[in-house]
Amino acid sequence: MESGYAGGVDVGSTQTKAVVVDPDATIVGQSLIDTGANVVTAAERAFELALEQGGIRASDVGYVIGTGYGRYKVEFGDDQVTEIVCHARGAAHMFPETRTVLDMGGQDTKAIRVQSGGDVLDFCMNDKCAAGTGRFLQSAAAALDLGLSDLGPTALRGEKPVDISTTCTVFAESEVLSWLARGKKIEDIMLGVHRSIGSRSFGLLRRVGIEEEITFTGGVTKNAAMVAVMNELLDATLNVSEESHYMGAIGAALFALERVGQPRAAKEMETA
Amino acid sequence: MRYTAGIDVGSTYTKAAIIADDGEIVGTGMRSTGFRLEVAANEALDQALAKGQLAREAVDYLATTGYGRTMISFRDVQATDLTAQSWGTRFFFPGTRTVLDVGGQTMKAMRIDEAGKVRSFRLNDKCAAGTGAFLEKTARYLGHRIEEIGPMVEHSAEAVPISGVCAVFAESEVINHVSQGCSPADIMHGAMRSLIERSVRLMKRVRMEPEFTLVGGIMRFPTMVSVMREHLGDGVNVPPEPLVQFTGAIGAAVLAARRLEKLQAEGSASPA
Repeated sequence: MESGYAGGVDVGSTQTKAVVVDPDATIVGQSLIDTGANVVTAAERAFELALEQGGIRASDVGYVIGTGYGRYKVEFGDDQVTEIVCHARGAAHMFPETRTVLDMGGQDTKAIRVQSGGDVLDFCMNDKCAAGTGRFLQSAAAALDLGLSDLGPTALRGEKPVDISTTCTVFAESEVLSWLARGKKIEDIMLGVHRSIGSRSFGLLRRVGIEEEITFTGGVTKNAAMVAVMNELLDATLNVSEESHYMGAIGAALFALERVGQPRAAKEMETA
Repeated sequence: MRYTAGIDVGSTYTKAAIIADDGEIVGTGMRSTGFRLEVAANEALDQALAKGQLAREAVDYLATTGYGRTMISFRDVQATDLTAQSWGTRFFFPGTRTVLDVGGQTMKAMRIDEAGKVRSFRLNDKCAAGTGAFLEKTARYLGHRIEEIGPMVEHSAEAVPISGVCAVFAESEVINHVSQGCSPADIMHGAMRSLIERSVRLMKRVRMEPEFTLVGGIMRFPTMVSVMREHLGDGVNVPPEPLVQFTGAIGAAVLAARRLEKLQAEGSASPA
């Protein structure tokens, strides 16, 4: 097959995701790495890994779109699309009845209202500060010496969640420690942390208007406690899949697929 | 000689000061607060006693202040941060009308009258962007410790603009500046300026008037004070370097002395 594949690279504040789709829009390769300090390298590396996983050569890819906060650092990309549009597109592709998207990433949380087909009607995000994002979970976890993957399971064991009053992510660490000092159980503190983030996200969703189905995207979808808390707050079952973490990159790849065959902006990546 | 003590249990550090009835500061002590407040208070007090070569019993009356003031069981009385800072700043500068106190997790501005009564007051404790934590985080992203900030910024030729809206978002901003070749000194200088702009806004909201007295740990940094003077003009006071962090504790000790005098005048028994 000649250049019929398409790529999407989502350079997030914390992690970089890359997806390669075939001409039928089936995902044939995907990868996920930490963004780190060198954003350009992260984008290249993630794309190479996705190609490798799919056993595809760079020259087979006809168009690449970059998204996420570092989308302009995808130097081999042909175009850039905002992550809001990409998450909406990805969500509508995976879950066609999607009308609302909640994207929780490392440093931002977005609520997006979409129409059938994935076009964005409205959105709302935390642009002023990192409160209510994945970073808040990370700070709390660091204070309790928990790994990111332990957060969800720990919180799910909680029975009596503490009331987290801190807004600022930086202060979350000391509040968590002060609850620990007052003899609260780690699982109850973590459940409180999840609820606090959940209620901020709920506020964002309400500002764009909540309509079912609701699709949950971004890195925090890996956290089962966050999914449970959101389901409870929304009194609905959120659409979550294995691919939710990659939704921005999937959306970007789908946009790229539409443009395969069009003139390319970027020079092709040299194959290693 | 009669001695009184003040302990300022702050969110980040606990400070103790002992004064004699002739107004001399005979000892100070400080340690990080951690989550065992009573332990921190005891240690800070012991340090102050050791410096003054005094035994515990020599202290006739003890007042606490700061966020942990009610959690210290061996106190005789407690005072709010505002009252303590009013007395502590006027201990050094009787003409003080506006106080700016930048702590590890709070920023406070207040206007007082000739008698030291609080006329107006504004507080930021919701967001780390206006507090010492912002500088500490920025320093950490640059691979430096907070003690290194002062000397580092002295070498800055020109401040790099830092938006200063969120201490977490500052991380990506700092990384971007570093990757573009900006010097750590210039970045840190920019962070300081953004913090100062926030401070001045808070001071304007209390309708500041001179003399201005600046207190809190970060006022140890000469650049901090010189940039404040650029904004505020003449009439900026800063207590002598080691004591700039102790005005709350000193104010509490002054209040303890006044309380003790009153009790003795009323003929009440001296507390144990």
